Amino acid sequence: MRQVIIIGSGPAGYTAAIYAARASLSPLLIASSVEAGGELMKTTEVENYPGFAEGIQGPELMLAMQAQAEKFGTEIVMDDVTKLELEGDVKRVTLGNGDVHEALTVIFATGSAYRKLGLEDENRLSGYGVSWCATCDGFFFRQKTIAVVGGGDSAMEEATFLTKFADKVYVVHRKDSLRASKAMQERAFADPKIEFLWNKEVAHIYGDTLVTGIGVVDTVDGSETTIDVAGLFIAIGADPRTHLVHGQLDLTEFGTIAVDGRTSRTNIPGVFAAGDVIDPTYRQAVTAAGSGTVAALDAEHYLAALPKDLLSLATEPVAASV
Amino acid sequence: MSNAKDVTDATFADEVLNSSDTIMVDFWAEWCGPCRAVSPILDAIASEHSEKIKIVKVNVDDNPELSMKYQITSIPAMKVFRGGEVVKTVIGAKPKQALEADLAEFLA
Repeated sequence: MRQVIIIGSGPAGYTAAIYAARASLSPLLIASSVEAGGELMKTTEVENYPGFAEGIQGPELMLAMQAQAEKFGTEIVMDDVTKLELEGDVKRVTLGNGDVHEALTVIFATGSAYRKLGLEDENRLSGYGVSWCATCDGFFFRQKTIAVVGGGDSAMEEATFLTKFADKVYVVHRKDSLRASKAMQERAFADPKIEFLWNKEVAHIYGDTLVTGIGVVDTVDGSETTIDVAGLFIAIGADPRTHLVHGQLDLTEFGTIAVDGRTSRTNIPGVFAAGDVIDPTYRQAVTAAGSGTVAALDAEHYLAALPKDLLSLATEPVAASV
Repeated sequence: MSNAKDVTDATFADEVLNSSDTIMVDFWAEWCGPCRAVSPILDAIASEHSEKIKIVKVNVDDNPELSMKYQITSIPAMKVFRGGEVVKTVIGAKPKQALEADLAEFLA
């Protein structure tokens, strides 16, 4: 049994691992099979992570965090958690490969998952012109006209990135102003390839085998127009990834995991949460990293207060195979 | 990185279309994080089911003709070929269990 299992491998998960490992808690980190590194693996230049004056590539930053966590003794498993049993002193974590790991504490840092528009043809055309990842798929839209839907930082980043490939990028936003940061807005406004479609909502996605166009509805007068595009990049935010803990951990009205004040403590003793999964507001790499630190320190304090006989169980970092 | 053989615009017909095997073609690129994540999973599936399915890779940067012909707009894109025809397409990196479920008819 372990002292700490960390679920998630974004800035929150890896930072929690760095702190827990340096505190000699020999953490096991479950990184996910195909999404290890989290959202930053799909970004390009990160310009606002302190310490990197020249900026750093998102994937590079995450691999560096992983290396730092491993350096101090974090064991990392590239698999997905399929089941969590959090009640009681000993928590059980079941993985996709069937392994069951036990620990005295769990730090839950699963981040968030891209939000969908909820349109009929969205899933059918996903991968056929509908995308959530400009850095993955932008390459295939050279000299094409495409649309980005959304008004936040990630929408501006995608739109700006996509102008490297596309001839024209529409940004479809349902309001008449953006919530993106000033710097991102100015960059997008200055780009001659980007055209903003204000007060418009995507109502239809057209295309038989590939996207050929979208129908946008004016949120002011209700009129609908069709725009020919070869691709639609969706950047309308993300929802906290909490399905593994439904019915176990309390959630907030925003759908994030409820924690006690400024701590990472959930409603179950020994279970801590960190990063975007508890944060409906800021959701930055560096706030997630800070949140991961809080969780590791909270877990450390919790462990220090446990009875000795219970702690003595957590000496063997060995997986039980079933 | 990966054990899978690279095929190109030039060798695709011989290696894939004219092959009598079931072949899964993984369209990928160096700059695609999800492609790198799924690559070892595809290797594992290929080695566990080597009698049933072969996996080869097409680098989309180097092979624009194939990417165009198969209308790739998102990677990783994994297309299963039998007798020169695409019989299954799976798009996006997925956990091993999910990929095995998608490919069940070819692995049985």
